Amino acid sequence: MVAVVDTVRPPRRRQPAAGVVGFMVRLFRDKPLGAFGFVVCAIFLFCGIFADILAPYGFNQISPVNRLKPPSEKFWLGTDNLGRDMLSRCLYGAQLSVIIGLSAAALATVVSVFIGIVSGYLGGKFDMIMQRFVDAWMSFPDLIILIVVVSVVGPGMGPVIVILGLLYGIGGSRIIRGAVLSVRENAYVHAAQSTGASLPRILWRHILPNVMAPVIVLFTTRVGAVILAESGLAFLGLGVPPPAPTWGGMLSGSGRSFMYLAPWLALAPGLCITIVVYAINVFGDALRDLLDPRMRGSR
Amino acid sequence: MQAYIVRRLLALIPTLIFASLIVFITVRLIPGDVIDLMLSSNDIGADKKSRAQLEAALGLDQPMVTQYFRWIGALLFEGSLGLSLWQNTPVMEEILHRLPITFELGIMGLVVALIVGIPIGVYSAVAQDTVGDYVTRSFAILALALPGFWVGTLVMVFPSIWWGWSPDVKFTSFTQDPLKNLAQMVIPALILGKAFSAVTMRLTRTMMLEVMRQDYIRTALAKGLATRTTILRHALRNALIPVVTLVGLQAPVLVGGAVIMEQIFVIPGMGLLLLEAVSQRDYPIITGVFLIVGVAVVLINLLVDLSYGLLDPKVRYR
Repeated sequence: MVAVVDTVRPPRRRQPAAGVVGFMVRLFRDKPLGAFGFVVCAIFLFCGIFADILAPYGFNQISPVNRLKPPSEKFWLGTDNLGRDMLSRCLYGAQLSVIIGLSAAALATVVSVFIGIVSGYLGGKFDMIMQRFVDAWMSFPDLIILIVVVSVVGPGMGPVIVILGLLYGIGGSRIIRGAVLSVRENAYVHAAQSTGASLPRILWRHILPNVMAPVIVLFTTRVGAVILAESGLAFLGLGVPPPAPTWGGMLSGSGRSFMYLAPWLALAPGLCITIVVYAINVFGDALRDLLDPRMRGSR
Repeated sequence: MQAYIVRRLLALIPTLIFASLIVFITVRLIPGDVIDLMLSSNDIGADKKSRAQLEAALGLDQPMVTQYFRWIGALLFEGSLGLSLWQNTPVMEEILHRLPITFELGIMGLVVALIVGIPIGVYSAVAQDTVGDYVTRSFAILALALPGFWVGTLVMVFPSIWWGWSPDVKFTSFTQDPLKNLAQMVIPALILGKAFSAVTMRLTRTMMLEVMRQDYIRTALAKGLATRTTILRHALRNALIPVVTLVGLQAPVLVGGAVIMEQIFVIPGMGLLLLEAVSQRDYPIITGVFLIVGVAVVLINLLVDLSYGLLDPKVRYR
């Protein structure tokens, strides 16, 4: 086993452009399910970005004549109790989910990695105090904090993103810390310490790359989890307020009583959530298998 | 290890104080004044009293610090969480009445998660990149992607449309009729455990893949140890450490999921109690439920931390 000394440049530094192309080739060649997830994620992103152009109708375009119409050529996914086109509403829902999902998960991951690595590596008193804070924070069910804080600052996209990011970030730091606890005992970390490497350097160059597998899995599950949590919140009537077409919101409220008459109302938004979260997760798995340096040689 | 346990128990005290402070302060940040609600409501006869009288009667005229110490003092010395602002009944009594229902739902969900998640995770890692790996992973990740409230909604809507059947919404407690109770709880528990089992499976697989590439696994295989023994005794034991963390992490998630399940299936647990209390701004009930759930999760996480030392002697506590 070759000890990684701090002064040795890490091997296999890929050129960025070639790296992306090479990565895509390997993704489609080795990970068909991950590639499928990637394609669906790309479509989801595309729909979210261009919802205004793609949607045949407005998300709140009411048409009393076309109430509760089943899926047809004119309304691909049917219409709701106000005659609004479900396809258009689902497309605009994708837009909201893209924004909330990516920003809240990014915030959550940064928070998790920072707390997890620093706390796990430093240990001692700092770790003790930090973990008491995490303990205290995690002992509150997410849903309750969400309800309380949303009702304090008012519902809306900004509060939902920040609250979800902090909630999942602080909680997720436990997983990273757990991984760091094992990694910090490895020989290459001791080697780096004995060569006098600075703390940020050890954390950034030695600890972080070696906990990347859980970090990547964490981020991907977080994007999915955030979209799920946001829709759950909207389901309870606490998300981005109507008439904003959140997927969770479409499954709740006044629409619920119409589902027995028009079952397609219960299907489309739920399918959207499921397909997108599924795609994000399979893509995340493939990313992990391909990007983790130590897993690269294992095939 | 013993010294660690003692230190860990002592460290519990600041965590609990911290938690109780956060609960107390956060709950009182809820906008909308319970007094306004009570004054505007006719059926409790609040109109006979002035606003100041009501505030004094409920102790809401005191400074926050006094209110906190009264609350925590009553809890520590009398085991009381105060009276509900609306029903005037002891909060502790109400919570103790509802707690077992949510606890039962949570435990059933946890059992579903572990029974399904760990074996599939191990299989998927051992059979990495085979058809079996793809199929099991796809199904598990599909379970993760399915929103519980959507599955719950579908279970309510479609059987009703197709067969005129819908889940029983009249709750039977375990002591009344255990079989009927379990039959009623099994659908919500399956939905509740479904996402957790997928998380368990994913993490088990990830950690198994990590561990399987370690030198000691290669050594074990090289010295001729049976693959089965290597996987179960050497790999799984090490891979399960983060999975144990996950159980602690998922405890409040289970409670959150239980809130939604209780709402959909009309199960009178802590979740429904909370939703009602939040809409009525019933501070004592909200703080009470909040705190009891918080304390339970703190204790679960203590057990998780302690189990690290038993599962992995390599993790040294200094």
